[in-house]
Amino acid sequence: MDATEIGLWGVPLAILGGAIRVSTPFIFVSLGEAITERSGRINLGLEGTLVFGAMTAYAVAVMTNSPWLGLLAAAFAGLCFGLFHGWICKFPKVNDIAIGIALMLFGSGLAFFFGKPFIKPKAPNLPAIPFGGWSDIPQVQAALDVNVLFLIGAVLSVILWWAFRNTRAGLIVRVVGDSSDAARAMGLNPDTVRLLATGVGGALAGIGGAYLSLYYPGSWTERISSGQGLMAVALVIFARWNPLGCLAAALLFGGAGALGPALQSVGVTQGYYLFYAAPYILTLIIMIATSSPTRTLAGAPGELSITK
Amino acid sequence: MTDRFMLSRRQLLKTSAAGAAFGLASAAFPISRALAATATVGFIYVGPKDDYGYNQAHAEGAAALKGIEGITVVEEENVPETVDVQKTMESMINLDGASLVFPTSFGYFDPHMLAMCAKFPDVQFRHCGGMWDKAKHPMNAGSYFGYIGMGQYLNGVVAGHTSKTKKLGFVAAKPIPQVLLNINSFLLGARSVDPTITCQVIFTGEWSLAVKEAEATNALVDQGADVITCHVDSPKVVVETAAGRGAFVCGYHANQSPLAPEKYLTGAEWNWAKVYKMFVDDLVAGTPLPNFTRGGLADGFVKMSPLGPAVGEPARKQFDATLAEMMKGGFAVIKGPLKSNKGAVVATAGQAFPENAIELESMDYLVEGVVGSTA
Repeated sequence: MDATEIGLWGVPLAILGGAIRVSTPFIFVSLGEAITERSGRINLGLEGTLVFGAMTAYAVAVMTNSPWLGLLAAAFAGLCFGLFHGWICKFPKVNDIAIGIALMLFGSGLAFFFGKPFIKPKAPNLPAIPFGGWSDIPQVQAALDVNVLFLIGAVLSVILWWAFRNTRAGLIVRVVGDSSDAARAMGLNPDTVRLLATGVGGALAGIGGAYLSLYYPGSWTERISSGQGLMAVALVIFARWNPLGCLAAALLFGGAGALGPALQSVGVTQGYYLFYAAPYILTLIIMIATSSPTRTLAGAPGELSITK
Repeated sequence: MTDRFMLSRRQLLKTSAAGAAFGLASAAFPISRALAATATVGFIYVGPKDDYGYNQAHAEGAAALKGIEGITVVEEENVPETVDVQKTMESMINLDGASLVFPTSFGYFDPHMLAMCAKFPDVQFRHCGGMWDKAKHPMNAGSYFGYIGMGQYLNGVVAGHTSKTKKLGFVAAKPIPQVLLNINSFLLGARSVDPTITCQVIFTGEWSLAVKEAEATNALVDQGADVITCHVDSPKVVVETAAGRGAFVCGYHANQSPLAPEKYLTGAEWNWAKVYKMFVDDLVAGTPLPNFTRGGLADGFVKMSPLGPAVGEPARKQFDATLAEMMKGGFAVIKGPLKSNKGAVVATAGQAFPENAIELESMDYLVEGVVGSTA
């Protein structure tokens, strides 16, 4: 056994590393969706926003040679998608879920269309901070190379959690989400609040996409997302609309997703399809364990079309 | 299902655009009408056609036909392995007039291509892979494939010389015979250098899952593998992730050396241009197309990427010698005595399966030295 051999320790290490590497897009998309849903609207189009954000970030990074400009562009593109969704949903009798699905397809399609010339060139990546310097094991160092976006996402989830409870803006979003009538009585315009909440949600999803194309896996292809945007929307319900819950759920999904490859790499090779289903089985178990027929979902915004 | 004139919006747009283009072209060049297309050939890809991988290799082959007089090439990318591919084939045949269709992905064959074979008996279908069986399947269908396992064997030879940890890594999509043969060939190539080398395989379960492929590559490097190769549709993510972690890579499907110029050793590439030209030559000449087409390095179906800068002199020598041996044709990677990694005998002493042995197309085992399982 030489120094590069870490054996079974590879499994927890891979889960830790996977949680950090894979979770970031989940964190951003689910935080964005949490803001949108807290205001009483669902934006299912975030998968499209994620893919378009990934493409925009990569394309701008290629053209300007700056990953940070790419990130900004992705956030801006996401903002536009979110505002578009919010604007359409302002009209009477428009179904936000249907618009979301339309925007999901539109976003992906547009990203494929504009993204064609950017599959071949190589873009500069977002930087990572090496937190593993204390260890001389290369595997630990690699697992603890933490991208700045992960840290921003983690901090953002704490700030949002605090802001929903303790700030005026947080209160406004929650009131609008719980009762349009109460919001109007307070002199608030629910449509404007939802427009802004959807816009911010879209911008965060765009940043999540930038992470995919500019850091991990770190290239633009049409198959970059494999459904992370949709999963993240589901994570919000799983997290009960709580930003801290979103962070935890994203980490759980990232870690559980790394389980399958890690187990195969140490020689546990039977039934890998089952291990790949681990995140979903976990979700089902938690959903069943925490649901109740006698009350509605705790924390669900009252105006949300799926819980109304 | 006789609604030949039920068009989807996409097909309608496509045809009207094609019609407009044709109208313009014939107005501008009235003489060229005499030489107008004598045959239309359709290509269907499961992913984007510039994926640095499987689909790009096919699209490069299709592109080679575009200069041929009288041949029109129609292509559609990102077609899922569902009833969607049937619709694509129907529209290529009914609207574009395709008389030869190449559905290039593994999962297109059964039931989709077979359904179309029955519906359009005058159209020729050739599927990339090893699924066509004369006893079971219609004669307007067929299959073509290359002995790319030979290329993976050569990858293994170079990997065996380059590896310091004596552990190789393989990111694989699904445990089908072609993938298993590649894994086994990669390891056996490496073992021809040093019989103590092992190869760890991770199956991702799908042909294209960027994040999972990156995770699998990281897991392999974490376990000490220092040369990584793969059999997924787009090796781009695997190549970039492995090189980013400091491991060497062997390519697959197409040349990925621009993605990791320092770490890229060599790669097993398809040369579909050769195969597609063969089919089209037959089509133009009016001779019946072969139903069962196979070829290897010697036939020009498969080629190797140029050796990278990290390849040492001993590796180069053995690579050249093995390649020369293979160019004679009939090289056997699987030869006895050989056991599977579950201990079953797969070849007895003196038994050899040359590259064209049909038994290899139903391979269901991993050889001794491969750490992994087919289920």
